[in-house]
Amino acid sequence: MIRFIGRRFLNILLSLFVLATLTFFLMKAVPGNPFLDEKTPKAARDALMAFYGLDKALWKQYLIYLGNLLQGDLGISYKTPGQTVTQIISQSFLYSLKLGAVAIVVSVIVGVSLGMVSAMYNRKLIDKIAVVISILGISIPNFVVASVTQFYIGAELRWLPVAGLDGPLSYILPTFALSALPIAFIARLTRSSMLEVLTADYIRTAKAKGLSPIRITLRHGLRNAILPVVTYLGPMTANIITGSVVVEKIYNVPGLGQFFTNSVTNRDYPLIMGITLFYAVILMFARFLADIGYAMVDPRMKKSTKGG
Amino acid sequence: MYKKTGMTLAALMVAGSVLAACGNSNNGNAVNSSNNGSGGENTATNTAGNTGGETTAPSGDQVFRMNITSEPPTLDPSLMQDNVSGTIADGIFEGLTKTDKTGETVPGMAESWTVSEDSKTYTFKIRKDSKWSTGNPVTAHDFEYSWKRTLDPKAATPAPYAYQLHYIEGAKEYNTGKGSIDKVGVKALDDYTLEVKLKNPTSYFLSLVNFYTYYPVDKVAVEKDPKWAAEAASFSSNGPFKLSAWQHSASVEIVKNENYYGTADVKLDKVKFEMMGDSNTELSSYTTGALDWAGKPTGTIPAPQVDKFRKDKNPELQIENTASTYFYIFNQSKKPFNNVKVRKALSISIDRKLLVDKVVLGGQTPAFGFVPPTIKGQEKSFREETQQTYFEENVEEAKKLLAEGLKEEGMSAFPATTLIYNTSDSHAKIATAVTEMWKTNLGIDVKTEVQEWKVFLQNRTSLNYDISRAGWGADYNDAMTFLDLYITGSGNNDLGYKNPAYDKLIEDAYVTADQAERSKLLAQAEKMLMDESVVMPVYYDTAASLVKPYVKDTFITYNGNINYNYAYIAK
Repeated sequence: MIRFIGRRFLNILLSLFVLATLTFFLMKAVPGNPFLDEKTPKAARDALMAFYGLDKALWKQYLIYLGNLLQGDLGISYKTPGQTVTQIISQSFLYSLKLGAVAIVVSVIVGVSLGMVSAMYNRKLIDKIAVVISILGISIPNFVVASVTQFYIGAELRWLPVAGLDGPLSYILPTFALSALPIAFIARLTRSSMLEVLTADYIRTAKAKGLSPIRITLRHGLRNAILPVVTYLGPMTANIITGSVVVEKIYNVPGLGQFFTNSVTNRDYPLIMGITLFYAVILMFARFLADIGYAMVDPRMKKSTKGG
Repeated sequence: MYKKTGMTLAALMVAGSVLAACGNSNNGNAVNSSNNGSGGENTATNTAGNTGGETTAPSGDQVFRMNITSEPPTLDPSLMQDNVSGTIADGIFEGLTKTDKTGETVPGMAESWTVSEDSKTYTFKIRKDSKWSTGNPVTAHDFEYSWKRTLDPKAATPAPYAYQLHYIEGAKEYNTGKGSIDKVGVKALDDYTLEVKLKNPTSYFLSLVNFYTYYPVDKVAVEKDPKWAAEAASFSSNGPFKLSAWQHSASVEIVKNENYYGTADVKLDKVKFEMMGDSNTELSSYTTGALDWAGKPTGTIPAPQVDKFRKDKNPELQIENTASTYFYIFNQSKKPFNNVKVRKALSISIDRKLLVDKVVLGGQTPAFGFVPPTIKGQEKSFREETQQTYFEENVEEAKKLLAEGLKEEGMSAFPATTLIYNTSDSHAKIATAVTEMWKTNLGIDVKTEVQEWKVFLQNRTSLNYDISRAGWGADYNDAMTFLDLYITGSGNNDLGYKNPAYDKLIEDAYVTADQAERSKLLAQAEKMLMDESVVMPVYYDTAASLVKPYVKDTFITYNGNINYNYAYIAK
């Protein structure tokens, strides 16, 4: 087990190094530079380039960056010279995290309930409605959900705030947009694994013992059926937290998402690097933890990792 | 599982390079927003509470809320180069002069001044009744310190707009490391007297000192904490308002500065700047009452909505002329665009009125000159004092000129040509319409190509294009801000235009102290640009915004910025 964890960890470090290297050179290969602007004269641009060490040879810049990175220094944002990349990431990630956490909790609760109800009333009307809802959730992209609900529920009906994250009410619309897909996905996962579990022998035994259907579903069914949902949690968490770029923009959440595109448009090199690495670390660790969790829960996994 | 990590990696890389390849131009344009194509004409119905005349008293919460789209890159005037930062700076700082309610330049931190005989030395008397928000007095030393700090070639962070101070004697030399700080022509003679020596007589200097690069900083506060401008707590400013809260990437709040001398004129208690990156969200927030102002200068109303509001005669829509021209440029280092006749043929074979009415959809003014109508001349506007139009559209004439021009260049047919523009719906529509007109009228095929903002700029500055979209907004209220773009060696001369006669006119205008003479020289320069079709003007731009009827006494300045310093709420 320790060997397995150690190897996975080394693997992550190596991946991060490769990612940092590739991103660095790809980003420098893009035409244009951070200080290129209609109204900044060339002399001022050159002075700024020299100030930030961008006039040095590319390999030197790369080594300097790696050196700083190893010391945990992500540099200063060229666009907002008053702020370091670390400041920007920590300030804005907090917003993404708050919204993401709410969306994750909602997704799990609603998704699992929907899936369970669906399985209990297999092929009845309720099940069919739930299936339609799931299909809609999976097939409509979140930015469509976000724009449509913002316009009708926010701007037209004025039931909820159109933008910002002030107060609990303002969380409702962005949370809905973010969790529509995970809800649908979890509901389908729960439903299918629940249907499988419900035909198992121990369920029949429970039924024979005369337990109430609700008790059977919750106690004996759900407990066993939830495993696939747990495995999905890892990537889902990473996806919700990192994938909220568009939803954040539409609902004007000052999260990290906006910087993902803006930093590239601005050629804000330190910020591009910082955000790419930060997202990579989150994604990789989410999978890492899911893998470890899986290895601990499932004996078959343990075995295979020993062999490998 | 190894495969999984590998795929994550690949996905991130792909995302990175795709983003790098496309992206959008919003940022580029935020820096220079007046160059974007949207807006309309001066529709009447300015009930939005502008331009005085009304006698309503302030009532209700004196809070004004507007959108600035994105985080201000800096609030240190020395490092500013964009109009998001500038919009906030105009409220929290005040230069030697300021803009009054009617848009005129009037005494600000300087209560009076004298100008020497040769128009090169200005002596400002700094007012004694105003303090920094921290309580320190505003002195002449602050101005000297601030300007020299901006010019410092070894500054902690180099100032991108330091060249705005190059009008001052010795400034350029010091800034580029060739001179010394002692030779810079700004000096505090005593605590309240500031002497400024200029390189040339600069008739618009008094309006220049009202620009953010000329704003003072609090010497005491800056020396105490080099990071003073990063957060609200350590911030010091001398304007009608002061910074009270700055939630990075979310919002900025400024409140009335009780240390400001003119508090009686300041009626708002607070201005709140939201940062909404999405124009639909901005509009929805305005509609639901979360914003009092939407659209230009620092926000955007989606173009189709502007058109709809215009047709509906929405009284909250205000469309103002701005000192900004939308035009196309030709790469004159390349055949056949080095030929006047070819350029002229392209310029007079399009229908500007049709473009403005059917494509740009804001009713901007078709441009037959280069300097926009809001730029001042000696008495009236520069446009009124010179010529309104320099050429006429004429398809037959164009055909003839094109044939002649090509023949002169030894070409049998019009070569493969591409028109480039940066990402924007409006630019795309205009480019398509113009190339279609060229095709119909001249029978030539010009391809269009969209480029991401920085790539576009790179190509333009390195003369790697045939024909390109361009725009320019005034830096100060004088025709010079447009006309000195195209002197040989100018950093903005991205068309490969070299004309010693033109350079001479501009240089003479720089040095002359005779205003009549100067106007004449500038008029000649513009005529030369137009006669040679050096650039192809398309339209004079406007700025469209939505203002709630209860917002009074806000106004748009000549160059399209907002002034909220005298505003109040009457609910």
